[in-house]
Order: sequence, then C-alpha cells, then structure tokens
Amino acid sequence: MSKPAVEMSKPLDDREKAAKITAGDVRTASRLIRNLEDRLPTAKTTLKHIFLHTGRAHVIGITGSPGAGKSTIADALIASYRKLGKTVGVLAVDPTSPFTGGAILGDRIRMQRHAEDPGVFIRSLATRGSLGGLSHAVGDAIHVLDAMGKDIILIETVGTGQQEVEIINHAHTVVVLLVPGMGDEIQAMKAGIMEIADIFVINKADREGARQLHGIISAMLDLAREFPGGWRPPILEVENFFEPVSFLDRIAILQESVDRHYQLMAGSELLEDRLKRKSILELNEALRAALIEPVMHDLVREGEFAGMISRIMKKEADPYSLAEEIAARYFKAKTAGKTQVARLA
Amino acid sequence: MVEQGKIRIMVAKPGLDGHDRGARILSRYFRDAGFEVIYTGCHQTPEQIAAAAVQEDVDLVGLSCLSGAHRFLFPRVVELLRQQGAGDIVVIAGGIIPEDDFPFLHQAGIKAIFTPGASLESIVDWIKENVKTGSGNE
Repeated sequence: MSKPAVEMSKPLDDREKAAKITAGDVRTASRLIRNLEDRLPTAKTTLKHIFLHTGRAHVIGITGSPGAGKSTIADALIASYRKLGKTVGVLAVDPTSPFTGGAILGDRIRMQRHAEDPGVFIRSLATRGSLGGLSHAVGDAIHVLDAMGKDIILIETVGTGQQEVEIINHAHTVVVLLVPGMGDEIQAMKAGIMEIADIFVINKADREGARQLHGIISAMLDLAREFPGGWRPPILEVENFFEPVSFLDRIAILQESVDRHYQLMAGSELLEDRLKRKSILELNEALRAALIEPVMHDLVREGEFAGMISRIMKKEADPYSLAEEIAARYFKAKTAGKTQVARLA
Repeated sequence: MVEQGKIRIMVAKPGLDGHDRGARILSRYFRDAGFEVIYTGCHQTPEQIAAAAVQEDVDLVGLSCLSGAHRFLFPRVVELLRQQGAGDIVVIAGGIIPEDDFPFLHQAGIKAIFTPGASLESIVDWIKENVKTGSGNE
C-alpha cells in the first residue's frame, strides 16, 4: 500500500508512476485511469512508460442486453479464475446520461464480494458519449491493468442492443450473453452483435424459450461459410443462479471454454490478427490526438476558430474548404522542414 | 481536448441494515446532478467500502446507515481510507443519527452529516461547494 496522501508532497514523475503501476499500486493505477477518462495529456505520457510492459493478459469481453446477467457472470468468472490462482482486473462500463452527463455505475454491486481481494481490481467506467458500448478510455485502461500484472482482464460492456460491437477491438475472447425471448431467426441472422461471439451463453436458461433460442443460434451458425481457426462458437447454457451447484458447474464449463478459445488463438495467427487490429486502431487514435488536437489548440488560441465557425454559420465559407486550407498550411510547413533536413543530409 | 473532470461518488451502506431506498434515491439524484455514481449495495463491510473507493478513485464516499451502528462503522471507513493513502477522499454520512453523535463523528473525520428531512438539493449543493474532482492530481 502507498503512503498516506499527506506525505505525497512531491508529484511523481512518469517513470515513478509507471514503476508503481507495474508493482501493482492500486491508487496510482486508478488515478491514471481517471486521468485517461478525463483525456489529460499527462496521462498519455505516463502510458508511454507502461506500454512496453503490456500484452500479457488474456482480455475477455462480456456483452449482452441490459439485465442479461453480465455482471453476475463476470462475478462468477472472477471467482473461478481466482481459484486457479490467477489475478483478475475488471472494467465495467455503464452509460452516461446524454442529458446531465451523470451516470449510475452499478455493475460493481454483483462483484463486491471480491472488493477486498488484493488479486482483484474492479473499476467502473461511464461511456461519456462513446457509442460502441464502451468508454473511449477502455483501450488505455486495459493497458493499465495489464501493466499491473493482471492475468485476466474482464471487460463488461454496457447493456447492448444490436450494434455495439466495439468490444471486438479490445477482447481476445468475446462472450455474448443472450436470454430467452429475444425474437425469431431473423434477429439471429442480422449483422452486429450476433456475429462477434466467440462463445454464446444462454443465460437464465431455466426460463421458457431457452431451447428454441439454442436452436435458432445453432441454425444461424450452420449457415456460416467458415469459422476462423476452425472455432465454431459453442452455445452454453447457464441457469438458475439460485441453484449454486449447477450454476457453478455451468460457470466451470464457460471458463474452460474461454480458456480453450484463448489457447486456440495463441497457437494460430488469430491472436496476431486481433493484435494487429488493435494496434492499427491505437496508432490511428494516437495520430488523431497528435495531429488534430494541437491544430485545434492553435486555432482556438489564435482566435481563428470562432471566426471560422461564424463564417460557416453565415454561409460565407464551407467547412470542407476551411479544413483543406488549414491542412495545407500545416502540411506545407512539414514539407518545408523535410526539404531542409534532406538538404542538410 | 481535456474533458471537464467529473466528480465521482460512491454511495455505500455499511453494516447489516438493508434499507436502501434512500441510498438509491440519492444515487439517482446525484446522477441527475451530473456526478458519476458508484453504488455498491447493502451489507458492506468498511473494508469492502474503503477498498472499492480506492479502486474506483472516487472523490467522495456517502455512507448511509439506519441501524444505529454508525459510531463504529463510519469512523472505521475513514480510518481505512487513511491507511490506504486515500485520506483525501471526503466522507459524508446520512441516516438515523442522533445529534449527540455529531461531534464524535466530525472528530472522526466525517465531513458532513445529513439526517431525515435534509433536502436532496442541500446535499448536492454541499458536494458542489466542498468537493473538487481529483482528476489531474497525481
């Protein structure tokens, strides 16, 4: 544990912060996640120092509609992995109000029995306007938990509908939770959430309609042309949380299935494919932050931004030409610099 | 683009009291005030609450207790937060708390106490006035 706050008079530099995080310090890690959520530029600087310590964890996504049982399943998986001696980090996302910016983050209620376990770190995140079912900070927060040395990282998305599939950019294994009563075969044929499952779980399978749902998913899978790596997503049923013996049996099957999926990925090019996708996304986002944000900053500071906006509003200028002008200005400077360097060389 | 740091609050019910209607209403009201609220549910030990508060990096913990065990439970949460280097997290309390206990609880580090009849607005106003987001402090 860290020292009392009163003694922390001198702020830590990035290297010290990174060292604390890789040593597993909860306070430093959770503050860094907060600063990432708040998009503080200093937070990214700290990330530079921990990025190279990442890439070891198995990241598992859990998604499904509101009330499908994501938090309960996450709680059970935490217990299951702890029994195997693995450390677990959890990122649980809940929605931000579009009206007030506030949020109720309630996933933790189901997992509170693990609060005191030093091998478990649970952090709730609000979406803050992100539409993909996650928070913009999730990717970076995964790096933080990974650098802390967590073996397993569980990502619980917001309650999803059809379209919130961003989890595939972050998780190695995606578990899609369904509950009986979701609709007919057409729903299962639609693009989106039904495509991203590595494992289907029919939760609350003691309810009416579970068998039909199983049949619908199975028929949908039969139509697939091929399964990457030969992995046909299994359909598991989990039922009655209040029958602890059978519930835990089902969770054990789920956990084995998740692990088998990861082993298959690790032994093939599939893991690299996902890593590649994530790396492209990360460089993309970092570039955007590195290029656009300083430009915006300049424009705002020089007072140019407000003028441009008002010209657009009065239809004196269009945003496309303005953007091209600005880009040309910056790229010209860069080309000039390059020529100079070339000449020196 | 730096986002305005949000105030993060944890609402928790320590001890054996399972009456959380008030805590839920308050959580909802905090949400509508623009705060990010982590609600941990009933029957929490002070140890669970303190550990969760540190993991969640909250700025404030609101404790509710209607059972009369506040003299033990509330100070314990403050003490545990201090032990974990999180003494800067503001702790406030609500519930059935006799006025005679106020000095003891204030002494123990509870920054404000709201008893039945306190308006929701007065609690939000107090937070806006007294709690700053920890975002950016390192």
